[in-house]
Amino acid sequence: MSAQAKDEHIDHGPGDGYSHGTHRSYLTGFGLAVVLTAIPFWLVMSGVLNTQTTILIVFACAFVQIIVHAIYFLHLDTRSESGWTLMAFVFTVVIVGITIIGSIWIMYHLDVNMMPMGPGKLPGAS
Amino acid sequence: MNDALLKTIFGRLTWESFPLHEPILLVTFIVVILLGAGIVGAVTYFRLWGWLWRDWFTSVDHKKIGIMYIILGIIMLLRGFADALMMRAQQAMAFGANEGYLPSHHYDQICTAHGTLMIFFVAIPLVVGIVNFVMPLQIGARDVAFPFLNNLSFWLTVAGALLVMVSLFVGEFAKTGWLSYAPLAGIEYSPDTGVDYYLWALQIAGIGTTLSGINMVATIIKMRAPGMTMMKMPVFVWTALCSNVLVVAIFPALTVAFMLLMLDRYVGTNFFTNDLGGNPMMYWNLVWIWGHPEVYVLILPVFGIYSEVTSTFTGKRLFGYSSMVYATVVITILSYIVWLHHFFTMGSGASVNSFFGIATMVISIPTGAKIFNWLFTMYRGQIRYDLPMMWVIAFMLTFVVGGMTGVLLAVPPADFVLHNSLFLVAHFHNVIIGGVVFGLFAGIIYWFPKAFGFHLDPTWGKVGFWGWVIGYWIAWTPIYIVGLMGVPRRVNYIEDASLQPYFIVAAIGALIILVGILGFVMSIVMGIVKRDKLRDVTGDPWNGRTLEWSTASPPPAYNFAFTPMIHDLDAWYDMKSRGYERPVEGYRPIHMPRNTGAGVILSALALVFGFAMIWYIWWLAAVALLGLFIVAIGHTFNYNRDYYIPSEDVMQIESQRLQALKSAGA
Repeated sequence: MSAQAKDEHIDHGPGDGYSHGTHRSYLTGFGLAVVLTAIPFWLVMSGVLNTQTTILIVFACAFVQIIVHAIYFLHLDTRSESGWTLMAFVFTVVIVGITIIGSIWIMYHLDVNMMPMGPGKLPGAS
Repeated sequence: MNDALLKTIFGRLTWESFPLHEPILLVTFIVVILLGAGIVGAVTYFRLWGWLWRDWFTSVDHKKIGIMYIILGIIMLLRGFADALMMRAQQAMAFGANEGYLPSHHYDQICTAHGTLMIFFVAIPLVVGIVNFVMPLQIGARDVAFPFLNNLSFWLTVAGALLVMVSLFVGEFAKTGWLSYAPLAGIEYSPDTGVDYYLWALQIAGIGTTLSGINMVATIIKMRAPGMTMMKMPVFVWTALCSNVLVVAIFPALTVAFMLLMLDRYVGTNFFTNDLGGNPMMYWNLVWIWGHPEVYVLILPVFGIYSEVTSTFTGKRLFGYSSMVYATVVITILSYIVWLHHFFTMGSGASVNSFFGIATMVISIPTGAKIFNWLFTMYRGQIRYDLPMMWVIAFMLTFVVGGMTGVLLAVPPADFVLHNSLFLVAHFHNVIIGGVVFGLFAGIIYWFPKAFGFHLDPTWGKVGFWGWVIGYWIAWTPIYIVGLMGVPRRVNYIEDASLQPYFIVAAIGALIILVGILGFVMSIVMGIVKRDKLRDVTGDPWNGRTLEWSTASPPPAYNFAFTPMIHDLDAWYDMKSRGYERPVEGYRPIHMPRNTGAGVILSALALVFGFAMIWYIWWLAAVALLGLFIVAIGHTFNYNRDYYIPSEDVMQIESQRLQALKSAGA
């Protein structure tokens, strides 16, 4: 962290360690975000890999991109706000995880059992 | 004027939108207009508008906002209870040849309005109000983290409540049940304004609740008095923290579900329709991801109230403080993984149903631990049976039954029998009345002398207590019974006349609850009338244990002249037992936030925007939305946001208090 960023801390008083990032960290984050966006675009538009692999790589890039945003743009680290920022982030990940995984699990069941007229299925098929 | 022009100006609002042909509504309308005119006239006559605007409406003081939330909750309780009485009357008479006095389209609106009002505009405002008033005092703070946001949250909630009230007389309210399930709530089956009123009212109020949740979490984490570590926070603060963390986590799910339904209704998407790739079951899924934790948003702070009251009125430290904290945290997390139990019957397989059924049953373990903690706190304590403690006893006896029927409903095969029956309705009224409402009364009676410096009238309070408790059991026991026999919910007519006696008993029970409500209102009125006799100058009328009792009643604007240092869990009890003496000099100027009218203006614009969207008055919606942006951005340029209370003023207030304490002999 540069001296300039440290000066900014003084305004916030003691015990309020909150990082606002530096030019370098924003540029690094921006560069990584661009690369992680460009790769999926290129894969989908050029179609060099098969569909299954492409989808997996797109998901992987999106996941890494979330982490890049959290670290470089939201300044997530273990120290800021004496750990509350990280804790809030972990809590959010858990909650969103429960919501998404639970919904997929439930909606898969409901769709298979209750929507025989859905797209791609024939009436009467289980 | 031609039709096209009228349509541009008024959207779908026409003379037919006003229900002049419905005698019940017309009479209600006239009564409301007369009452409203009376209140407005009285306020004008006594020249109170300036005082209301300066000291209350624009106030950013957490105590005043808390009190306003509670007033809103009590007013809405009266409206919601009027709906309940109408439904009980209808169900008591509509058997065999008699179809009752409410046509089904009217009954369905009342049924929906009752549920929506009671959860969103009674339970939430009352809980948020008590948290708002008590929590900053308990942690030794001067205000909440974001005082203006607090004011805005309150007025957005009021805007939502007003939209629901407007639907009574302009157009109609939703006929779709309190959660407006798709596809019934879709445009195809509900083309009129009802569901739009529902959606816009709850979206506007929901923003308020979300902002309030963020505010409270930030306050508890950042603004505790020095020395108050997490494990020295009063239990009420812990429960408020968990409840507001849940608010922040779940309300976005509701907002998204409503937004997708709005898109379905306004621009013709197909998220929740039966065809074209939509799936209405996704709406249930999203709504209950909000809905189940919401129950705990309401009950957790109330568990905190019970803890404070039990500990104070038994004169003992709470039994098992840390187990209470862990139970609260465990409930917070578990409440997140049980939502499917609201739709066991919707077609999930055995694996899904067993997972969510078992998770639901597991929640009863930490809840049971809490009940035992309260019992062990009372064990060998010097119990004082003042009104708040009576409510706690009534809660324990009533709530345990609701908890047990809840575990019964958590068994999927049993739920297949009882789903959509009145048994379920009896269950959730059992836990919400016996749990949340009883606790709110305990809390209001307990903290009222802190807020106003005098007690509520105890005699009328006892009338309120016995009315509610006896009325609850008489009203809901027969509903449990007919529910077990299989009577479905949400019906306004039952063919089998042999069931009528049960519903007549239930209606009598509702009338006894009415006595309870009137008793409570009278305890406020008589409390104000006899306030000199009921006054408390000590600021600590119940021999309390937590920080809020260390300051004056009502507390000064700055709460504490000196930020207290915390050494122990029951901070005020600790200070008293160590012979704490009030400092009499060395006062400093106190930095405070300044009042602002921006919250009222933003909420009024949000109300106009919602109304315009409901009636398709696009030009008005655009104007209101533009106004919202302008006022919101304009407010950020208002730098005149704070002021200092000079140390002389602080000294004057504090020495007046010392004088009063001396003359009272304390």
